[in-house]
Amino acid sequence: MAILTLTINGEHVSGKDDESLLAIAQQHGIRIPTLCHLDGLSDVGACRLCLVEIEGSPKLFPACTTRPQEGMAVSTDTERLRRYRRIIIEFLASEGNHQCAVCVVNNHCELQNLSYETRLTHVSVPYLYPKKELDASHENFIIDRNRCILCTRCVRVCHEVEGAHTWDIAGRGIACEIISDLNQPWGTSESCTSCGKCVLVCPTGALIEKGEAVAEMEKKTDFLRYIVNARRKREWVNVDSDEE
Amino acid sequence: MKPKVATAWLGGCSGCHMSFLDMDERLIELADKMDLVYSPIADVKKFPENVDVTLVEGAIANTEHEEMAHIIRRNSRFVVSFGDCAVTGNVTAMRNGLTLDEVLERSYVQLADVTPQIPRDYPTIAELMKQARPLHELVRVDAFIHGCPPTADQIWFAVSQLLEGKLPALSNVYLRYG
Repeated sequence: MAILTLTINGEHVSGKDDESLLAIAQQHGIRIPTLCHLDGLSDVGACRLCLVEIEGSPKLFPACTTRPQEGMAVSTDTERLRRYRRIIIEFLASEGNHQCAVCVVNNHCELQNLSYETRLTHVSVPYLYPKKELDASHENFIIDRNRCILCTRCVRVCHEVEGAHTWDIAGRGIACEIISDLNQPWGTSESCTSCGKCVLVCPTGALIEKGEAVAEMEKKTDFLRYIVNARRKREWVNVDSDEE
Repeated sequence: MKPKVATAWLGGCSGCHMSFLDMDERLIELADKMDLVYSPIADVKKFPENVDVTLVEGAIANTEHEEMAHIIRRNSRFVVSFGDCAVTGNVTAMRNGLTLDEVLERSYVQLADVTPQIPRDYPTIAELMKQARPLHELVRVDAFIHGCPPTADQIWFAVSQLLEGKLPALSNVYLRYG
């Protein structure tokens, strides 16, 4: 592990060589918008909202999966990046059916908040109004694929934290969708432990608890930090033993 | 001469207009500053010419809305999408995943209290479009007021700006879906 020095938006910062640019920016109080990233889960660079510019390269890089290099000059908030981020939100809006007015997480939605942050006055591409399935077969929860943005947080939390791997992605391109087990109703899944972690980490109203009405559900993701911390510090090991 | 203002009610629930009325005593102030030349709350049959500002509630859901949207655009200096249905399609567009037959069957047969029948052979009834669309997909729109419905404060801010000839630069306070 080495400490590197780089600049973000002209400001000198330092970070470890095994950290992401996103982590280093966050440590220095520099906000980069994210959607698929969640502290405690692996990063996959799926949503592209955290794209940044790196001097000397014509390409854009997702900050969540890019490692720092000595002397790197990173820009996180240029006119081009702001425009691209807004277009990403427009595409997400047009490829789903997001009626905020009748959504359980209205006013507590990460997609909605990002539409404000990117100052999205209207969606300039035609809405696709795709036909998507809602599955309410689980005893406690509902998956409404109309509101899914395929961030895969549910897939990752189920695999990496709960260890059940109930969720996965099927299909390609516009036909991509989240499925449970072997593409069967969630209620019939044999691997699902009904822990509800997927529901809590979902940034939109795609995964919700039953019995919640419009704008009633606020998701808390803090629990993830406790679990991940406990795992890292091996808090389940007998405190009297010599193990670390 | 006072600015001429119109409001139109297309494929929406009238909630945005209810919110307009929620401006309460500020309506009296507005009445001094503008002439309301066309609106569901004014008895005017024909959309007038040379309107300064038109607020359009609702999505474009049938052929009458489509025709009206073009008339509004031709005759208005500023066209404003008024509320989420005009801006995104919102609730009006929730039927878009269904076929027209499914929509009509559900509305006029399955949910009917009396005389269930699909109204087909009435030339006076506008034809439903295959999908409800946001206003700006059909005509050029100059400003957007969000919300389902927009709050009275949002409407007051936007209309006040428009009456001064300014396009409302909506701050994040007023950028609010749902």
